[in-house]
Amino acid sequence: MSKKKKIGIERKSFNIGMLFTYIVLYAFSITTIYPLIWVGQNSFKTSNDLIESSFTLPTSFMWDNFKNAITKINIFQGYANSLIISGTVVIVVIFFSALAAYILARFEFKGNKIIRSFILASMLVPVFATILPVFKILANVGLIDTHVGVILPQIAGNIPFAVILLTSFMETVPNELEEAAKVEGANVWKIFSKIFVPITKPALATSAIFTFLWSYNDLFTSLIIIRNPEKFPVNRLLTEISSQYGTDYGLLCAVIILIIGPVLSVYMIGQKQIVEGMTAGAVKG
Amino acid sequence: MLSNKSKRTMTIFLFLAPALLFLVIFLAYPFVINIIDSFFKSDGFLQSEYIGLDNYRRLFKDPTIGTAVKNTYEIMFYVCLFEVGIALILAILVDNIKKGQHFFRTVYFFPIVISATAIGMMFKLFYAYDIGLLNSFMTMLGLEKQVWVTAESAVKMVAIPIVWQYVGFYFIILLTAIKQIPRDLYESAYLEGINGFTKTIYITLPLIKGVIITCLVYAINGVMKIFDLVLILTEGGPLNQSMVLGLYMYKKAFADNAFGYAATISLLIIVLGLATITIVSKVFKREQITY
Repeated sequence: MSKKKKIGIERKSFNIGMLFTYIVLYAFSITTIYPLIWVGQNSFKTSNDLIESSFTLPTSFMWDNFKNAITKINIFQGYANSLIISGTVVIVVIFFSALAAYILARFEFKGNKIIRSFILASMLVPVFATILPVFKILANVGLIDTHVGVILPQIAGNIPFAVILLTSFMETVPNELEEAAKVEGANVWKIFSKIFVPITKPALATSAIFTFLWSYNDLFTSLIIIRNPEKFPVNRLLTEISSQYGTDYGLLCAVIILIIGPVLSVYMIGQKQIVEGMTAGAVKG
Repeated sequence: MLSNKSKRTMTIFLFLAPALLFLVIFLAYPFVINIIDSFFKSDGFLQSEYIGLDNYRRLFKDPTIGTAVKNTYEIMFYVCLFEVGIALILAILVDNIKKGQHFFRTVYFFPIVISATAIGMMFKLFYAYDIGLLNSFMTMLGLEKQVWVTAESAVKMVAIPIVWQYVGFYFIILLTAIKQIPRDLYESAYLEGINGFTKTIYITLPLIKGVIITCLVYAINGVMKIFDLVLILTEGGPLNQSMVLGLYMYKKAFADNAFGYAATISLLIIVLGLATITIVSKVFKREQITY
């Protein structure tokens, strides 16, 4: 009886507290959403309209800024370059990391622990500490100003997170499956490709999405390695635009939308996996 | 014919080799070379001359390094206080609500996926004098327009987008930690009459202390890596007042061709990062013993 009463009291005081809680939470969500809406609505305005009011919705949908962005710079080329770079990075990182993770999670051998610590440590090394010698290596083998020159260091940079995430998932696969396959005479490659790859698909997808986002968003590597604008990924290409046309605000808004469009679509599609994968990876790391 | 054992060794080697090869060639080996390079004077990378500790002496005399180090710690302070602090408050609040948790998780987290480049460009627009979001607000409220990024304010104006971008990341980590606290702990506390704010102070916070420290370590580590955002937003200006170590290293290497000195700066970044993280973990550990 008395317990019931208490809950009743709780619910009453709950309501005011709840209302306040929701107000704070919604207010904060405005700070993350509104900036994007502001940029989005202004990407359809001329610079003059923008100076008059940046808060109003555009009166007519003016695509000129987007047309401008596309003609002034070859943005499709930029997307293609990004796709070549990030696509290759994702495929190589996932394949090599899955192989390594399978061994680390499933084989006991001398050096397993050392290799794990080495991989963990390499995740903590900032890119600044390696980029100058990497630049020299790439210059020595003639890879400066090539896509491969960006792809190779990006692969190395993304492997640690993927291996750590995948290892922790592969460790949870039940032993029985593997034993049964062994009894039936399956070799290691078969066990890996027919059992572990299908079972760890969600983890593979999470690692792939993150590798893609980090590769697509990376400016540093391409800034240093690539010189020819025709080979620039989107990010790098649009950085040039923003310094060249710094006063055409409508154009700049369109440019920002064009950079973040692809990542926001990836986020919308994979948001559950992204949010959960980030937690799993971060808490483990 | 291979024996079973050597077959096994062979498999281990073949599966691990590709990933490890990448890490050795592009991370471990360059890391070591970078240390060696810091003892050389190299213009570009064709000629180099051993100069002992000269680069390190230069480091201590360079006033821009002083500004960059000071800025790094100032940003670190804002990030630990606001990024992790706001994330903690939001996580506690979201844990309390019944409906809409999914919505807030999605909305708070999404700035993470946007590149620092795009965020830099966005905030440059927000701060712009004639059309910027901030000045539009000022005009709407009937106030004077302002120049937002000045020599005095530059570091703060750089810290704001960093905090804005990463609050969601720490929010998710902390929320996950709070959700892992067994519910019966709250229930028994509730029967003892502990509720609301007290509940948070006496149960939630002590139990997720470890995760909060992890968040601080991540945040500190993140601050040491700041580069593209500052490059786009202020280029370290005005008057180097928002210079950070990564950007300065980049400028020394690729604008001034001082590779050896740049290598020394990148070592400074690692040493400062490790030292700060060690101190933070030590300080919190000691506190935990007295607690």
